Amino acid sequence: MLDTIIEGAIAFMLIAGGAFAFIGSLGLTHLKDFYMRLHGPSKTTTLGVGCTLIGSLIYFSREDGPIIQELLITIFAFITAPVSAHMLAKSALHHKLKPDPRTRGNPVELESEKPKHTVEEAPQGDSPLP
Amino acid sequence: MIPPTRWLPMPVLSLLLLLVWLLLQQSVALGQWILGGVLAILIPMICRPFWERQPTIKRPLKLLGYFFRVLGDIVTANVQVSKLILDPRGRMRPAFVEYPLTLKENFPITILASTITMTPGTVSAHLRLDGRTLLIHALDVADTKALIDEIHQRYERPLLEIFES
Repeated sequence: MLDTIIEGAIAFMLIAGGAFAFIGSLGLTHLKDFYMRLHGPSKTTTLGVGCTLIGSLIYFSREDGPIIQELLITIFAFITAPVSAHMLAKSALHHKLKPDPRTRGNPVELESEKPKHTVEEAPQGDSPLP
Repeated sequence: MIPPTRWLPMPVLSLLLLLVWLLLQQSVALGQWILGGVLAILIPMICRPFWERQPTIKRPLKLLGYFFRVLGDIVTANVQVSKLILDPRGRMRPAFVEYPLTLKENFPITILASTITMTPGTVSAHLRLDGRTLLIHALDVADTKALIDEIHQRYERPLLEIFES
């Protein structure tokens, strides 16, 4: 009886993990712009990996004694995923990637390139700068 | 908190390193304690110059509560984002939100930014150089004001109490 419950929990974790990882990857193809696509891997895929690892943790703990490494891997994955997502978003802003037209809000980071162009187009020679 | 000494410039980090070492080795043999202990002393001494001043945790219990709240929110976040991705009509209202920070120290801000990334429909994209605004990209938001209020009440307020109260 207990075996069935534990096996059920393992199966549930593995299926949930697979489903979340799949949906996260699906988001990569379905969503419209870079910033929206970032949401998939940063959340769903991390939880997908987390669920799979916890399933594996239960399975191997039952087979040969308690195993904690996988819990550590899960924690490390959850700590590092937001940092990489943040860096990706930051570099996207740096490259001034165009967000989807439906996006509201207009951060300065995305428009600061414009004045530079007007400077380049201005006639050269009589620059006010020394 | 444990006060730093010359040999242990960052006691909490040292303790954490020793603990992680023992857990990864799956053993509490004397050799592992010695090796882990040496690493726990050497690593903080070598990488000390890279670290900023460590903030003091004023309410460890609250931190634990915060941890479990975020853990629960990660699951709801995933269900929400999954729903949005699977929605065939693809009705999304993405937005950039400028979030005004009340936190001042870098470490709590890092935790807040990571939390925002892991929880419902938001990714922290950029921390302005003045350290006052956090640029957030939200996947589906109806009211940006409400989102800012929610983040403030749910995450920033506890962090303020834990680290800076």
